[in-house]
Amino acid sequence: MEGQLAHIGAGLAAIGSGAAAIGVGNVAGNFLAGALRNPSAAASQTATLFIGIAFAEALGIFSFLVALLLMFAV
Amino acid sequence: MATETAAAHGEEGGLVFHPMDQFIVKPLFGDGAVHWYTITNATLWMALAVIAIFALMVLATSRRATIPSKGQSIAELAYGFVYKMVEDVAGKDAVGFFPYVMTLFMFIVFANFLGLLPMSFTTTSHFAVTVVLALAVFLTVTIYGFMKNGSKFLGLFWVSSAPLPLRPILAIIELISYFVRPVSHSIRLAGNVMAGHAVIKVFAGFAAIAVISPVSIVAITAMYGLEVLVAFIQAYVFTILTCVYLKDALHPGH
Amino acid sequence: MATAQGDGLADATGVAEHAAGSAPGMPQLNFDHWGNQIFWLIVTLVAIYFILSRVALPRISAVLAERAGTITNDIAAAEDLKRKAQEAEAAYEKALADARVEANKIVADTRAEIQADLDKATAKADAEIAAKAAEGEKAIAEIRANALENIEVVAKDTAEAVITSLGFTADAKAVDAAVTSRMKG
Repeated sequence: MEGQLAHIGAGLAAIGSGAAAIGVGNVAGNFLAGALRNPSAAASQTATLFIGIAFAEALGIFSFLVALLLMFAV
Repeated sequence: MATETAAAHGEEGGLVFHPMDQFIVKPLFGDGAVHWYTITNATLWMALAVIAIFALMVLATSRRATIPSKGQSIAELAYGFVYKMVEDVAGKDAVGFFPYVMTLFMFIVFANFLGLLPMSFTTTSHFAVTVVLALAVFLTVTIYGFMKNGSKFLGLFWVSSAPLPLRPILAIIELISYFVRPVSHSIRLAGNVMAGHAVIKVFAGFAAIAVISPVSIVAITAMYGLEVLVAFIQAYVFTILTCVYLKDALHPGH
Repeated sequence: MATAQGDGLADATGVAEHAAGSAPGMPQLNFDHWGNQIFWLIVTLVAIYFILSRVALPRISAVLAERAGTITNDIAAAEDLKRKAQEAEAAYEKALADARVEANKIVADTRAEIQADLDKATAKADAEIAAKAAEGEKAIAEIRANALENIEVVAKDTAEAVITSLGFTADAKAVDAAVTSRMKG
């Protein structure tokens, strides 16, 4: 029973991955919108884009990690 | 079932292999226990990364040609890529850290790409590896920051542009975010690499069912393409975050 | 993780094999293996660091610097060559203009010379023609005079012959006188 509960918890934690996907899409979409308005400044900001994506994604990875821990380690 | 020990995995499995089995550390010779000095599959793939880096950065550039060969071009491209990143993100006075950053970048890139070979072992998918990499960066930044700036390094946490009543609260937040850095820095890399490889293995497990197998194989191909991208982007992200943290050590304060 | 699957999976070859003393579900969280990985990782990183910082990076940096130098030199050399080419072009243009002036002069000179020669030759030819014409006229006059003389002689001879044939003895002096007077008449 406890194992099944852990699986449910893992599934719930995996929702975080979807939330991170929204975050990453938000970052990339806003970057694209800005880049289309001012294409000359876009090239200099790709590093910032990747940093932003990395931060947004890290939190999704945390939830993925929680899911894995619930699946395998609890 | 997940609560049980690994020994139970073999008997219970409907899947013919477990998606996480690819990450198991095994001794390369014999079946003995894994001591700290044992030569394991992790050792093998790290050594292969060293050999690959040696081949690219030393052998390919051995002719020192003014008009470069293909290998030398790639080595120069990698050099220019990381050098520009250090210079642009961390500042011109950070070029002393360039060999260190280059080491991190080359190791992660090669470990990630070697891990994409079928049947390989991905060293960067292990927290043991990425935690050491991230802690090394964290300690370097912290120690160098205090050595160079002394107590002014603490200005990193004291946001002088914020209103005074808010500053202690912000300081706590900054302090927490500072100590979360190595955690996110390491887990991002290992998590991305592990997740991609595990997903590929899950799809590979479904490929045994005849009805689903075409879908499964297409999915593996697509995931593999994504993983090639992720392998590079995560190395890039790790390196650029290292540069961002180095900038904090060199120029604290917002 | 793996729950009951279809028959397809069950009879697929192989059963998951785990190494002896394998990790719990996540091999990453088997802390028994961390020491091993950390040790070899540090060895690896130190090896890479020395390869890069002692050999590779100085070498690539030198190659890049050398290439930058070569490119700068080449650009300078190219500028030099371009300047030389421009100079050469200017010199060529000048030579061409000079040559054209020279050629025009030569043409004019030659034309004048030829004209002079031609004039001289014409004058000479005219003089020769005039001389020849004068000579011819003189010859004609001479011939005419000779002819008149001959006519007188022939006339006298003819007159004598006519008289003789008529059976008279011709008096030469009388015939001459008669013929002369007739001729004059």
